[in-house]
Amino acid sequence: MSPNLTYVVVVGVLVAAGVTLLLERSLTRVLMGIVLLANGVNVSILAGGRFGGAPIVGTTPDGEMSDPLPQAMILTAIVITLGITAFLLALAYRSWRLVGNDEVQDDVEDRRIVTLAEQDAGPGGDEESDEDSDDEGTTGP
Amino acid sequence: MSDLVPLPVVIPLLGAAITLMLTRFPQAQRVVSLTALSAVLGVAIALLAVVSERGPLVVSVGGWPIPLGIVLVADQFAALMLVVSAAVTLCVLVYSIGQGLADGSEDTPISIYHPSYLVLTAGVTTAFLSGDLFNLYVGFEILLVASYVLITVGATEDRVRAGTTYVVVSLLSSLLFLTGVGLVYAAAGTLNMAQLAGRLDALPDGLRLMLNCMLLLAFGIKAAVFPLSAWLPDSYPTALAPVTAVFAGLLTKVGIYAIIRVETLLFPGGPTPDLLLVLALLTMLVGILGAIAQSDVKRMLSFNLVSHIGYLLFGIGLATDRGLSAAIFYAVHHIAILTTLFLVVGLVERFAGSTSLDRLGGLARLSPLLAILFFVPAMNLAGIPPFSGFLGKLGLIQAGVADGGALPLALVAGGLATSLLTLYALARVWNMAFWRPPTIAPEPAGEPRLPWLMVGSTVALVVAGLALTVLAGPLFDVTVNAADDLLDRAPYVDAVRDAGAR
Repeated sequence: MSPNLTYVVVVGVLVAAGVTLLLERSLTRVLMGIVLLANGVNVSILAGGRFGGAPIVGTTPDGEMSDPLPQAMILTAIVITLGITAFLLALAYRSWRLVGNDEVQDDVEDRRIVTLAEQDAGPGGDEESDEDSDDEGTTGP
Repeated sequence: MSDLVPLPVVIPLLGAAITLMLTRFPQAQRVVSLTALSAVLGVAIALLAVVSERGPLVVSVGGWPIPLGIVLVADQFAALMLVVSAAVTLCVLVYSIGQGLADGSEDTPISIYHPSYLVLTAGVTTAFLSGDLFNLYVGFEILLVASYVLITVGATEDRVRAGTTYVVVSLLSSLLFLTGVGLVYAAAGTLNMAQLAGRLDALPDGLRLMLNCMLLLAFGIKAAVFPLSAWLPDSYPTALAPVTAVFAGLLTKVGIYAIIRVETLLFPGGPTPDLLLVLALLTMLVGILGAIAQSDVKRMLSFNLVSHIGYLLFGIGLATDRGLSAAIFYAVHHIAILTTLFLVVGLVERFAGSTSLDRLGGLARLSPLLAILFFVPAMNLAGIPPFSGFLGKLGLIQAGVADGGALPLALVAGGLATSLLTLYALARVWNMAFWRPPTIAPEPAGEPRLPWLMVGSTVALVVAGLALTVLAGPLFDVTVNAADDLLDRAPYVDAVRDAGAR
């Protein structure tokens, strides 16, 4: 069985758009990216099963039924994504309330360590020796 | 006997529902969660005893015929992980109850804490027992969603920032996992792991490798394997002390558990073990070098956590009997010890008001008990004999030397170097926070008392860590058996098939 080309294109577009949005700094756009990405993944799962009529005994002959399992899986995945989307929206709102924007921020401690390392090396080293000489200047005489 | 298998999932979920209804009665909530987790521990121990004697137990959920419905499978490996995780979650629950009682309910919104914590436990046990790839995904989602709530409890600015990173990264890994599940289904037409074991073998090598890498990528993020580990030290340290402790102990190990299943049951052979060995080396070294640069104890421990994931991957990557059994032993040790250390650091934060090495000092004089509680698991983590960390590392190194290839030997060297650097990082904490004269530290205002429940549960975990040393012999017997079964694949596959034929 070869997959339906329409589905493949749809998956490609959704995932590409999702990844682009995911690389943004604003949490709302990241969220949109995740929603698109999740839909892309869901369609790709759908494309993995067999196509056909409704998988209900009596309405469709046995050989022509679609595969119900991917549909069941997608349903579960949709519910999970829905819940997490709601949670992320709440987080974005909370972040907006606290900071005034919803940009994903840098790791504070990381930045501090980087600043420390920069001070130790390069121009920072001079500053330190300056301080030392200042100390000597004040205590010397 | 197989009636026992669903209980570790059902009990915490029921407990979560009950505690959610009892949000106005904190006392009742505590009783319910304690009862639920004690029951899980009891069931897990019983399961391990039964499974060691009679082989894997299988339950088809809802009575559906086996390849169609979801199966829960408890083999020795799953049962062992269940016992350890149940013990650790119980201790951490007692600790957080102690903290909640001491603080009153203003700082820590207890009402949502208990249900989330029980759901987290249910997610972990689901992941361990799952015999179906999609159910494994659901297990991961259960534990992740609960962890999203727990990591942002209180929603302070720091926690929202850290929580955002954590949620987005975890979500992305879940999407990768889901894609992997979809592709596996499209390629093999089933998601039952026992059935997959046979069907995936028949696929072309390239396709197998692609599916394997897809799943490894997803689990690698969850397990914090090196190029995918940057999220962990950023997000874990900001959470509540008991939350960080249980995350550090359990969540990454669930990722490791999934990697072990994928590598042994679904895709044995193939080129991925070598890839894992290289990643193991990088994880060890990059993680521990990061740990040395930190000036905050929680962040230092988080980097240590990442670094020691490398040891686990080392054992898995060897893909031998000895390597795998040492990796399982090390996982047990790692869960117990890191949880303990994070709990101790929580006590330190409470006692001295900070976890920054710039501000701490003289704790050994101010509180000798705290010093002992830190020292024993710290030496255990660094792998000083006779502790279990030493035994686990010894097992891994023996397995690496027995393999004898260039890559395993490089890992043996890397493992020894990492062990030394771990000792250095922990000794630095010991010297700065505990050993130097207390003049540097501001005197803690009004001599804070440490609640006895918090201290008691930490002591229990320290003792459990020491018990791992005493019981290392029988424990190694169990892990060797578990590793044999994993590499053999037949016990797992046959158990599921027999249950289907019944």
